[in-house]
Amino acid sequence: MLKIFTAFAVALCLAMPARADDVQEAAKLLKAGQHQQALERVNKALAAKPRDPQARFLKGLIFTEQGKTKDAIEIFTQLTKDHPELPEPYNNLAVIYASQGQYDKARVALEQSIRTHPSYATAYENLGDVYAKLASQAYNKALQIDSSNTGAQNKLSLVRELVGGPAPAVVAAVKEPPKPPVLVAEKKAPEKVEKPAAGPVADPAAEVLKAVNAWAEAWSKKDAAAYLAHYARDFDPPGNQSRADWEKARRSRIEAPKSISVSVASPKVTMQGSDGATVTFRQTYRSDVFKGTSSKTLVLVKADGRWQIREEKGG
Amino acid sequence: MRRIALALLLAGAALAHAETPEDRLSGVFAAIESNEIETALARVEGLLRDYPNFRLAHLVRGDLLLARSRPLQTFGNVVKTVPQERVEGLREEALARLRARQRPADDLLPRYVLQLHPGQKHAFVVDSRRSRLYVYANDDGRPRLIADYYVTLGKNGVEKTRQGDQKTPVGVYHVTANLPRSKLTDFYGSGAFPINYPNEWDKRLGRNGHGIWLHGVPREVYSRPPRASDGCIVLANPDLESVGRYVQVGQTPVIIADEVEWTAAAELEAERSSLAAALEQWRADWASRDTERYLSHYSKRFASGKQDYSRWAAHKRQVNAAKRWIKVDLSGVAMFRYPRERDFVVVAFAQDYRSDGLSNVIKKRQYWIKEDGRWKILYEGAA
Repeated sequence: MLKIFTAFAVALCLAMPARADDVQEAAKLLKAGQHQQALERVNKALAAKPRDPQARFLKGLIFTEQGKTKDAIEIFTQLTKDHPELPEPYNNLAVIYASQGQYDKARVALEQSIRTHPSYATAYENLGDVYAKLASQAYNKALQIDSSNTGAQNKLSLVRELVGGPAPAVVAAVKEPPKPPVLVAEKKAPEKVEKPAAGPVADPAAEVLKAVNAWAEAWSKKDAAAYLAHYARDFDPPGNQSRADWEKARRSRIEAPKSISVSVASPKVTMQGSDGATVTFRQTYRSDVFKGTSSKTLVLVKADGRWQIREEKGG
Repeated sequence: MRRIALALLLAGAALAHAETPEDRLSGVFAAIESNEIETALARVEGLLRDYPNFRLAHLVRGDLLLARSRPLQTFGNVVKTVPQERVEGLREEALARLRARQRPADDLLPRYVLQLHPGQKHAFVVDSRRSRLYVYANDDGRPRLIADYYVTLGKNGVEKTRQGDQKTPVGVYHVTANLPRSKLTDFYGSGAFPINYPNEWDKRLGRNGHGIWLHGVPREVYSRPPRASDGCIVLANPDLESVGRYVQVGQTPVIIADEVEWTAAAELEAERSSLAAALEQWRADWASRDTERYLSHYSKRFASGKQDYSRWAAHKRQVNAAKRWIKVDLSGVAMFRYPRERDFVVVAFAQDYRSDGLSNVIKKRQYWIKEDGRWKILYEGAA
């Protein structure tokens, strides 16, 4: 939903010093999903020039992608202090806060971002989303709707492509990465998906994918019963929720929006024996009120002849 | 000089203190009207800091925030998935509170409060359509508006007739008790003041039900929608506490109307004196021991307890004939026109009756109606 900035404005890029090769290399590695290597490279750059804002910014991005939210916040916060003229660190802080459901903090950060650069289209766009989210919290309070479950929390949408160099008025429109073949949970998709996997002999990985796809499809169709049927009996609901509370919360989250579309992109299946599997993928969720992409891991087990979800981890 | 400065300061403090949450909400609406959205948002957020359970204010804040992200379709622009009746309740509350900003003109009074007796310091008049309770002070028997409050009434409106119909009665009542918070569950908030529904007139019409109270709200809300109670008159807790300061148990009239009839003070005065004259004539005719003249003040439809007109007349003829002298003095006269009914007035007073036989002082209540242009007594009994 919220766009995270991945590059700095003109001025900063021009001021870019030596070790630019390290920073650029780190950016490429990050884009390729090689977070650890990217981190090593950026640390190398920082060893030479510890206060370099571009390298620090990139490090913040890497931490964000790795889910090291606290570290990312620290870096971006320090950047806003050292370079209050730069809108990007504010914006990214806002995105992280929003992903934690701290919309008031996100709002303040975005307003600061806009104050420094009033023509910042992306920050405006993000601010619009944050206002909508704050509005919905206010409505919940008005109508005493239980908003304790966080199913609709923002998913940080981190763009992998780094737009470097002089760019007009900063990176207003962040480019979407080229899309890998996507398992779309819409009607046409399944056949397309199954084909490459389905061989003459039953391929367990394909079966697992089929189950994941069916899960996403049930979700997209807003068929809560079918969706919940994908979860194993021993599925452990997140937090201290009981299964019943979790199901109730999920049901309301699935039934509330007018439309939902969930797509599964670049899935990786790792088999654990013949009746266990782990699938990681990029999940893109769209509804009439919310959009977000995140990485997701599902741990599945085969029970009663069906692949069922035992664990679900968000990215 | 210093004293003046101090006085100004105090006046300023008093003014700030006098600003109710509703005043502040209307300040929010005023800012919205003049398109000062930032100001509106700041005001509503300030209001919510002080009254975090004011749901209507949360709704307005939601709108103000959402308006920055996309155009609003409606007031209370909540996603369609939430129960619409809850949004509707808050919309109605907003409308009621906004409408109430227009107070009745200074020269208009509710037609019901004809006369307060010296012991009645205040009278409450409830307007169902406006969801409002008006507090009148007793200025030498004449009402003077001093405060008004938003109220929640019965889910099904007014004109209660049956137990469980979730309606608020229409009529002339008075506060019968003061139940402090400590004796109540949280549902009633900061206290309760029961009223005497069903009164004699209600009973005569066969109306039933009981337990109509003025009361507060539970902790988790600041106020409730306009139509939400089972028939009670519900006020925000701070408002109930304010109203409570005006209450005299057994004295304070509570007049509930669907839509209050407003009338000029001069007309009210004319009606009051015509009734006062009728009452005085009744008293004088009784003291004169001319029983037929005395009985001419009673309607043929008169009833009191089990006595209809003929039994009442027979009884009075018998009693009065045995007297050599009668003296009747009335004091503490209060007169209230009954809402909804046509030319129907409740008169209450202390009656000091002396005769060569029996003497007593009692509190009495009478219902007077106009028959063929003349005020007549329909009911009479101890109050």
